[in-house]
Amino acid sequence: MDLQDRIVQLIDSTGTLISDPRYQSTLNDAALLSLYQDMVLIRKLDEQATALQRQGELGLWAPLLGQEAAQIGSGRALKSQDYVFSTYREHGVAWCRGVDPVEMLRFWRGTMHQPWDANFHRMYGYQVIIGAHALHATGYAMGAHLAGRIGTGNPETDQAVVAYFGDGAMSEGDVNEAFIFATTYKSPIVFFCQNNQWAISEPTKRQSSIHLSERAKGFGLPGIRVDGNDVIACHAVTTEALDRARSGEGPTLIEAVTYRMGAHTTSDDPTKYRAGSDDDFWREKDPIDRLKIYLHNNGILKVEFETELAAKADSLAERMRVECRELPNPDALSMFNHVYSGSDARIDEQKREVEVILSEREVH
Amino acid sequence: MSEFTLLNAVNRGLRRAMEADSKVILMGEDIGKLGGVFRATEGLQKDFGEGRVIDTPLAESGIVGTAIGLALYGYRPVVEIQFDGFVYPAFDQIVVQLARMRYRSAGALFLPITIRMPFGGGIGSVEHHGESPEAYFASTPGLRVVTCADPSDAYWMIQQAIVSDDPVIFLEPKRRYYQKGEVDTTLDISEAPSMYKARVVLEGSDCTLLSYGPTVATSLQAARMAAVDGVSLEVIDLRSLSPLDLPTLIESVKKTGRAIVVHEASSSGGVGGEIGLCLMQSCFYYLHAPILRVTGYDTPYPPSRIEDDYLPDADRILDAVEKVMGY
Ligand SMILES: Cc1ncc(C[n+]2csc(CCOP(=O)(O)OP(=O)(O)O)c2C)c(N)n1
Repeated sequence: MDLQDRIVQLIDSTGTLISDPRYQSTLNDAALLSLYQDMVLIRKLDEQATALQRQGELGLWAPLLGQEAAQIGSGRALKSQDYVFSTYREHGVAWCRGVDPVEMLRFWRGTMHQPWDANFHRMYGYQVIIGAHALHATGYAMGAHLAGRIGTGNPETDQAVVAYFGDGAMSEGDVNEAFIFATTYKSPIVFFCQNNQWAISEPTKRQSSIHLSERAKGFGLPGIRVDGNDVIACHAVTTEALDRARSGEGPTLIEAVTYRMGAHTTSDDPTKYRAGSDDDFWREKDPIDRLKIYLHNNGILKVEFETELAAKADSLAERMRVECRELPNPDALSMFNHVYSGSDARIDEQKREVEVILSEREVH
Repeated sequence: MSEFTLLNAVNRGLRRAMEADSKVILMGEDIGKLGGVFRATEGLQKDFGEGRVIDTPLAESGIVGTAIGLALYGYRPVVEIQFDGFVYPAFDQIVVQLARMRYRSAGALFLPITIRMPFGGGIGSVEHHGESPEAYFASTPGLRVVTCADPSDAYWMIQQAIVSDDPVIFLEPKRRYYQKGEVDTTLDISEAPSMYKARVVLEGSDCTLLSYGPTVATSLQAARMAAVDGVSLEVIDLRSLSPLDLPTLIESVKKTGRAIVVHEASSSGGVGGEIGLCLMQSCFYYLHAPILRVTGYDTPYPPSRIEDDYLPDADRILDAVEKVMGY
């Protein structure tokens, strides 16, 4: 194995910093504390959303438990001018893009398909169709290239795009086609694959006989394998890949090796297909614990900070509980909006039909 | 007679088909150890092995494309598409390759492949989990498209689909998966009614409701409500959308003189239009009123909080009944 194939790790599961010949972290103590805070808060967000689903307030939820470091580490490497395309599991990335957790819940409660303002957050809504968005992201990156928004040397305006997807998605044609377009046009894109070991019930080895990052070679882009439970390393490799993209050096594939600690979604029962001992193995590698140990041992994490953070987490959860229940159901007639840019005779007629049904229902 | 849920009937039908023919293999995402996200294939990998119940990589085009190769080799693949909304990556392989192999090889090659998928809405889930894509397939020459509405049909029709030498799109009404019903498993497959025959589920004299899959139960509910008002509705379960069993449909509509097609899929370009025109051609002089349809609207499937307003319900069917009766 040469250096390329080795997994990048900057903090191990005991909370010890590791030096890597290729990547140095630029994060100071305050930045590390802030990443820690993000991870604690999104874990709380995830826990609360799961509970809301159990209470019947959400139709479904896809937990991110265990993937906090991959999502926060990469998400915090983004700049505001960048653009994100993600799957249904990237609540932590949405958090980094400033999306309010209650907005996220609208999708899972079934009140909206695209639950937040994509243009404002520069991240489009959860993509459910596996892999489809890898091509959209690549096209967006091609656009940035065509528009001359890369390689100017101005770090505040040069743009990069990130496509998030899972290990399962690596099998879809769309993702593989995206690699080809991105390398052909040297597009400013980072493909961030969270290999959480499972695609519902199928282990990663069902999708690939080699490390996913090694696929990159055949397509002609750099492939980096990073410890996905190491927030410092995830931040470092994503920062570098984004810089490459913004400066016009082309695409990168990052495989963040992590673990889906929870169920695929709240409809799933992982005891049907995986051993509890796997969970135990990965629990030892928890992404939050290791940073906490480091921060604690080095006197960076103070008791007051912890207390305040716990209170923040509790009030976030409380707000989610209250505001989720207050989310208005859409007006039935809204289903006819936005099918086309203008009006459409068939739809207008059907809308009138429903208006009549609704008014009759009110009378009865 | 035994009582099963529709889901369990699919499972038992698959098992029986696998016992009957060792060339029958199942392919799909999460169908092995997990038994499918709905558990339609539960226990089958344990009993038939990983060679016959195959967990595939996550790639629908790949699944259908390799199923075609396996069929050319002599296997009889049964593909599970996890949800209706995920069939589209395989669309090219289905409508361009699978549907045409017999024709373009002048009969030398054939593809006895069954593609099962749960379809239809009403389960409160997120985007892409409530689609009704049947019209795309029913309008594709070379494909057979069938759907079951009760456990007995689920049990027999899946077996008939598998023994068919034509490719069959087999649609399972997911929101009726837990509906129970009697299944006579003692029959031989040759004794079960053909999957291409429509069935009169309820006899009536005033108007025929033509329905399939999840809306058969909705139509029956409407018929019960209409009966209270003295209107007698005949309910037909189409079962097969391609081919349509026109003789059965025509006989009913000639008798009642009125017809309403009910389906969840959008109205424009839906199978309702096809059925209506066929009936008009054959029953023109028997019709007392125009043929109507009660369907999903011409919008993408809406967020689940308003899906009940999108899906045809008994009230909307009764509104249409009132219109044709008062014509
Ligand atoms: C095209 C398509 N096929 C199938 C599915 C059903 N499905 C949803 S998630 C999933 C597994 C995805 O696994 P992976 O890409 O590893 O991401 P993860 O869910 O583990 O984050 C599958 C098969 C889908 N949503 N879209």
